[in-house]
Formats: sequence, C-alpha cells, structure tokens
Amino acid sequence: MEILVCVARVPDSAENEIEVNRDGTDIDRDSLVYSVNEWDNYAVEEAIQIVERDGGSVTVVSVGDDESEEILRREMAMGADRGILLSDDAFEATDGRGIATILKAEVEKGKYDLILTGAQADAGAGEVGGMLAAMLDIPYASLVNSIEVVNGQTLKVGREIEGGNSEMNKITLPCVLSIQTGINEPRYVGIRGIRKVASVDIPVHGAADLGITGDAVAPHVHRQDYFVPELGDGAEMLEGSDEEIIEKLIELLKAKGGLK
Amino acid sequence: MNSTLISPANSSYLGIPGTVLFVLIPAVGALVFTYIMAKRFAPLLQMQHDPRLNQLPNRFSRLLKFGIFQWRQPRYMFAGVLHILLFSGFMVLALRSTALIFVGVVDGFHGDFGVVYGILKDIAATLVFIVAFIAMVRRGIFKPKRYEVPSKYGKDHTGEAVLVLLLIIGLVTCDMMFEASQAAAQIQNGFEPQQMLPTTGPWVFTLLFAGVTPSVLQTIHLSSYLLHELIFFSFLCLLPFGKHFHVITSLPNVFLGKNRKGIIKPVLWGVTDEELDALDSIGVKKFEDFTWKHILDFYSCVDCGRCADNCPANAVGRPLSPRFISIKCRDYGFKRYPLFGEKGPEDELLIGTALEEDEIWSCTTCGACEEECPVMIEYIDKIVDVRRGMVDEGMVPQSLQKPLSALEKRGNPWGKMEKKRADWTKEEEFSADYPIKIIDGEETAETLYFVDSITSYDDRMQDLGRATARILTDAAIDFGILGVQERDSGHEVGRFGEESLAQMLREHNTEVIKESGVKRIVTADPHAFNALKNDYKDLPPVEHISQTILKCVKDGKLSFKPVEDSTKVYTYHDPCYLGRHNETYDDPRQVLDAIPGLQTAEMERCRDRSFCCGGGGLMLFFEPEEEQRMGVLRVEMAQQAGANVIVTACPFCLLNIEDAIKVAGLEDQLEVIDLVELVDRQILRD
Repeated sequence: MEILVCVARVPDSAENEIEVNRDGTDIDRDSLVYSVNEWDNYAVEEAIQIVERDGGSVTVVSVGDDESEEILRREMAMGADRGILLSDDAFEATDGRGIATILKAEVEKGKYDLILTGAQADAGAGEVGGMLAAMLDIPYASLVNSIEVVNGQTLKVGREIEGGNSEMNKITLPCVLSIQTGINEPRYVGIRGIRKVASVDIPVHGAADLGITGDAVAPHVHRQDYFVPELGDGAEMLEGSDEEIIEKLIELLKAKGGLK
Repeated sequence: MNSTLISPANSSYLGIPGTVLFVLIPAVGALVFTYIMAKRFAPLLQMQHDPRLNQLPNRFSRLLKFGIFQWRQPRYMFAGVLHILLFSGFMVLALRSTALIFVGVVDGFHGDFGVVYGILKDIAATLVFIVAFIAMVRRGIFKPKRYEVPSKYGKDHTGEAVLVLLLIIGLVTCDMMFEASQAAAQIQNGFEPQQMLPTTGPWVFTLLFAGVTPSVLQTIHLSSYLLHELIFFSFLCLLPFGKHFHVITSLPNVFLGKNRKGIIKPVLWGVTDEELDALDSIGVKKFEDFTWKHILDFYSCVDCGRCADNCPANAVGRPLSPRFISIKCRDYGFKRYPLFGEKGPEDELLIGTALEEDEIWSCTTCGACEEECPVMIEYIDKIVDVRRGMVDEGMVPQSLQKPLSALEKRGNPWGKMEKKRADWTKEEEFSADYPIKIIDGEETAETLYFVDSITSYDDRMQDLGRATARILTDAAIDFGILGVQERDSGHEVGRFGEESLAQMLREHNTEVIKESGVKRIVTADPHAFNALKNDYKDLPPVEHISQTILKCVKDGKLSFKPVEDSTKVYTYHDPCYLGRHNETYDDPRQVLDAIPGLQTAEMERCRDRSFCCGGGGLMLFFEPEEEQRMGVLRVEMAQQAGANVIVTACPFCLLNIEDAIKVAGLEDQLEVIDLVELVDRQILRD
C-alpha cells in the first residue's frame, strides 16, 4: 500500500512557554523549540506499521519553510521511506484551505492508496484532512483510532465518538483518514537515527512544480487577534509554590464535594 | 604401604581388567567433557570484543580476595560459611581426586602425598560430607525463600541443587570407603594402616568395617573405587549444564571482572564515539551482541539469588530479577548453541524471547546486585546494552520519550527554558546575601558548582542549590555556576541507552567547562558527580559536596552549632551513585558526626547494601509496573532503625523519600533532609 502522511512542524506545548506577543498578532516565537505535530507522529507510526504488515511504502509531506525539513527527517528516521517538502514564498500566509489545496496538488502527482493526516495540529483547526478529501473527491473518516486492512480496496477503521466509544466503519480506498492520538505507541527516534538520514535528499516542490498559482492559496481566513481570556467570575488563580497550590486545590475540591 | 587388598588396577570387573576399565572411564569422561566444553565455549568466539587482560595486578588481587578467600560469601553468614567450607574442602580434595584417577591405572600407586596431606584430605572430605548434608537439608527441607522460582520463570530449581549435593556426598563417601576398607583389611592382617585422625569420615568407616570379612572388604574396596570414578566423571560432565558450571567458570569470571566502578561500558569496545553513527545497529539486540565476558557471566551464575534478594526493583514487585536475567540468558544460550544440531535462528531478538521490555526498563542501575554477587557478575552494563538496542529500534516507553526529546531540545528533561536555568539564584532573600557568579567568559572562578537539571528547575530542589551555594560561600570558596550554558549531565540519558544524546550533552558541557578555566568541580547531585567523574573525560577533578564540606570542617573553615533538638535520631541514607558506585560512605557520615549533639543510627541496609530510593534522572518519568514504591520500603527501614530524620545527599533521593513518607503516612514520625540543608542549617555564622 502506498501511503502519504501529511505532517506539520509546530511549537511543542510541552517544551515551550507559549505567550501571546505584545501586539497580539501571534505567539511570541523567540526561543521556541519545534517538533513534529503530535497527531501527525501517530499517523506516521500507523503508516509504518501498516507497511511493515502488508508491504508498500510511506511518504511524508509537509507544507512549510526550510526548517520543516527537520521534522521530515525525523519521520524518515522513524521509518518513512521518502520525504517531500512543499515550500514556496507564495505558501507563507496561507490558511487551512490553502494548505489542503497545496497537498491536493502533491497527492495528484503521485499514486497513493491512503492519505493520513493528524486529527489536528497544535496550532491548527483540525480542518485540513476533511478539505483535502473533499477536494480530491474521495472518502474521508475523521478521528480514526484503529485501522485494519481488509484487502487492497477496503479498510476497516474505528472512530472515536462521544463518550470514548468507538464506531467501526468500512471505507474504500483511496481515502483520507485523520488520525487520533492513542491509535498506537509511536516508536522513539534517537539522535543516531536522525543523523543517519541527515544526507538523504528531500525534494522541495514549489508552486510552479505543483502547478498552482499564488491566488489559489491566498488566505480567505484572516487572523485578527490573539488574547488571553479575561479572568471571569468563578475563576480563581491559585498562587504559591507547587505544594501550596496542591494543598489549596485539594481543600477546594473537598469543599465543593469533588473529593470525599 | 602394606596392601592386603587387590588394588583396582590389579583386579578385573566383570572380566574387564581394571587397568583397561580405569583408562576407559577417564578417557570417555574426558572426551565427553571436552566436547561439551568446546560446544559451550565456541559461541564466546562469536561474541563482541571485550578487553579483560589489562591491570593484571588488580585482577590477581581480586582473584585472591573474592575468588580464593571468598570475600563476599559471609555477607550471607550461614550459607556463606557453608560455601567457604565446601570450597576449601574441594580445593584440598582436588589433588586427591586427580590422584585417585591414577590409582586404577598404575599398580602400586596409592594416591598418597604423605601423612600431612592424608590427614588434611580426610578432614576436608569429612567437612564436605557434613556441609553437603547440611546444605541438602537446607535446600530440600527448609527451602530458604531466596531460592524460590516465581512461576513465570519456570520450575523450581531444588532438584538440580540436591542432585549435585548428592553427587558430592557420593564422591566423598566412596573415597572414604575406599580408604577405610583398605585400612580395615590392614588392621585385620596386623599391619599398621596409614594414620587417620579420629572422628574423620575414613576413621569412622574403618571402625565400622572392623568386623567385616576380607572378601566383603575387597568388594567394598573395588566397588567404591569404581563408583567414585563413575560419579567423578558424571559430575564433571554435568557441570556445564546448570548452576554448577560456576565450579569451572567462577574463578576466571572473578579474574576477568570489571576493574572500575561507576562507569558503563562503551557501546562497542574499540569503536570511538564518532564512529558510532556509521554502525548499522548498536546495542544488544540478539544474543551475539553481548560481549564474550557477558556470556561467561551467564555461565557463572550460581543461582544463589543474592542479587535478587538485594534488588529494589525485585523487592517492590517490578518485573525484574537480576538472577533470572542470568538464568534466562544462560538457558537461552544453551538452546541457541545446542550440544548437537543447528544454531538457533540467526536474527532472533532477545526482547520477546529471553527478555522483556519492562524487565529491562525496571532497573534503577543502583548496583546492589553487582555489589552482592559472589562471582562478580555484571548486570548494569548488560541492561544498558539491551536498552541501547531498544533505543536503536525505537522501543522506548512513551513516558520516557517526552523527557528525552526535551533533553535534546532544552537540555533538561522537563523541557524548561534554558534561560531559566539559573533562576534559582534569583530568589530575593537569597540573592541579596549570596550573589552567585555565573561563569560566562567575563566572570571566572576557581571552582565550578555543577548544579544539574533537577536542582536548577525543581521548586523544592532549588533549596538544595541555594543551601549548597551558601555553604560554598561561607567556606570562602571562590565558585561560580555555568547558568544558561549548563546542560543536563546526561547521566541517566546514557544509562537509559540513548548514547548519542548523552554524548551530545557530554560534549557540550565538556566544552563549556573547559572554556571556563575552573580548577575543580563540585556538585551536590551524585548522578552529576558520577557522570562528570566517570563518564566525562579530561575534566578538572570532581568532588561531591559532602567531600568538600568534610575538608572544610577539617581545615576549620566550617564549624557547626549544636542541633536544637538533640532527642532526634538521624539516619544516613546512602545514595547509590555516591555510595556503591563511588564508594563514598564515610565522608557524609563524618560530616554528621561533626555536628554537636547529633544522634545517629544506621539502618540495617546501609553503606554498600543501601536500598535504592526509586532512582533518579529519567527514572522519575518512567511508569513501572510495581506493587509499591521503593521509597516506601526505604522509609519503613528508617523507621525500624528508630530514626526520626533521614539524611540523604542526593536531590533524587530527597524527592523520592519525601514522597514516600507521605505515601506511607509517616509525616508525623519521619522527616527527610538533604545533607546540604542540614549543614546549611547548622553552620556557625557570625
């Protein structure tokens, strides 16, 4: 099975202190560290596991700048066979629909049986997978937490639904699936693994290579403002050392009947 | 000697002349034994390189101390004494058993080496008889818990132990009867037999045989000899099949043991750090990735269970028993390289066959097993090697992936910002009185205080940073810290098998430290201490703060006021990486003794038998399968010692023990304090 996994480079919320910048147009990007979007990492692991069981190959693709190459290499160190970077000045300010448009152009250049995206990205809106499927006019399942290959034409996929329940679906190939975390346990990628793929060639496709114009990816959604919500009534910030905060929290939980 | 009985060499058995039979038995025995040994040792040639013939004086003295003098045996007094007696008995009897082989072949040779040896070997044989009997009763009837085999590891091993003890008893009994039948016959014929010490086995048998007819004596004489030879060679050929392989391998194993504590073996001997990236695979994935010495370790395991008895992971029900790492791998090796037939599947991985992932991650590398092993089997190097293999294959628990990624990006396992690494120095009250120098090119200092990640970032442990800084300042030591330039020492990174990342961290810190121009390094974190001292190369001398404090006390640079509450009993908990791995047991204790009015008590498990608190570094993030926390067991031990205060000298110990006191519900009876906090509290300041 030929699988394409769409991955994004995002600031990792676990290793950064995310703050809104002074004019509210973006987060403060000084001294941020980036990694592959967590959901996408699960998608790549799933693709690798499918290929390990049933054969085929895994291609990872990312829309981004030169620095996104680093996450493509990480996913290749994990076991993806190829990486493709989609990069062009025209792509810089694009929105979700624009990213789906760029990805669609790349998908059409190859012959993929299955396209995976993360269910959402740390910085995103969880919109690309669905739009990409619609643009390609192929089936789509979201929030997928299990995949079983039935045969060359069909997959059985589990989806996470309300209340932690699962629903099982049959879906025909080719299709797009957006992958939920927890579908597997992604393998570790060590420093040595990354160094080993450091010199593998990663082709870069620009707007011209993909046959799309700047207009096609011009944003229709414009970000207006970022802000930290005002403290409302009923919200209380606990202050002090960790110990003190924990003690206060326990007291509060006890007082409100949350802890017996 | 006047021989009144026909000697085995002169007689015949079922028509076969003794000289033929007793050439045949040793010849067949030796042949079979050689074949088995060749099959057992051939695989060692296929294993990884491991240089073990350096520092010969060191090796010989170890062989003498731990091998010949059985230094570690009395750590388990009863079993240890039994073993020492058995071992020395065997040593004495070795000559006799060898000589006996020739008695059946050379007519007129009696295997005697004078009266002194004759008496000595009678004593030895008697001792061996008694000891083997006691050991058999102990193993077979009393069944000490240490030897139990949990069902997941297979069947009980009592049969194997008892069989071998029976063979030993058979061996010495036959020898005694052989000798006694001769002596009895001589007495009956009015000759003076060889001198025998009263109460020894041969003497008892001679008495028993006093009224036996000459023909029966002759039969006893010949058949006990035959039986002795048969048992001797069966025993020999049985050795390489189980725990009694140690009879052959343990002395070489002690001789070939590790020369230095605290270090872990390189990924591959003879391959430099730079060359690692070029290797197809690193770490131990299949059996042949072990070094030959590690296979010798497996062969040498005596199945005595002392390692597991001391292993904190085993004690809390984690799926790890060092003993079964050896036994399982030994049995796996026997199966993989059978005596007859083909070698096992080429690419079979150890994980999933002989070993399990959780088992390997469960180890805190505390070193209690290695400290205890009478035959000096190495466990940590193997576990780290298997982890290296798992890391290379991507088999790392999710709970460890986050901190590893954070270490790569931010140089600390919590993913905190580098620029906040020295924030602990900025606490208002502290920074006013104790401005801390940051060695950044402009500022210099004679001593570097290496803080490491947990003390830099953890709210509670930052107290230790400030206490350490106050002590150093009060002792008038010119010191500074690296601040944002410092990265995690990588101590656990390497021990969790991510060697390339550990290397990156080491390279960074080494460069920064060298550029700083400091003359010595002090740290209050034993993990950093061990890393800088043993993992890093070409650094200035490294000290643990307890050593620095003791020197200052001795030089009169620091003095202490009496403790406020002299009714409190303090007990010192040895951190693994200060104690066992670096043998610093006395310095912190002497510091405690220097505090006036401070009462101390030792826990039963102290010094080199200290019980790990739960592990440091990445172990804080690992979520093991366990029935209870190591720390809880540890605080219960402190309680048993009658202590009110546990003093430790490691931030990880402090963290684990603080948690454990709460989990155990002992907050009103026990408290824990780090040595630096205690010293800081007690320093006499103007």
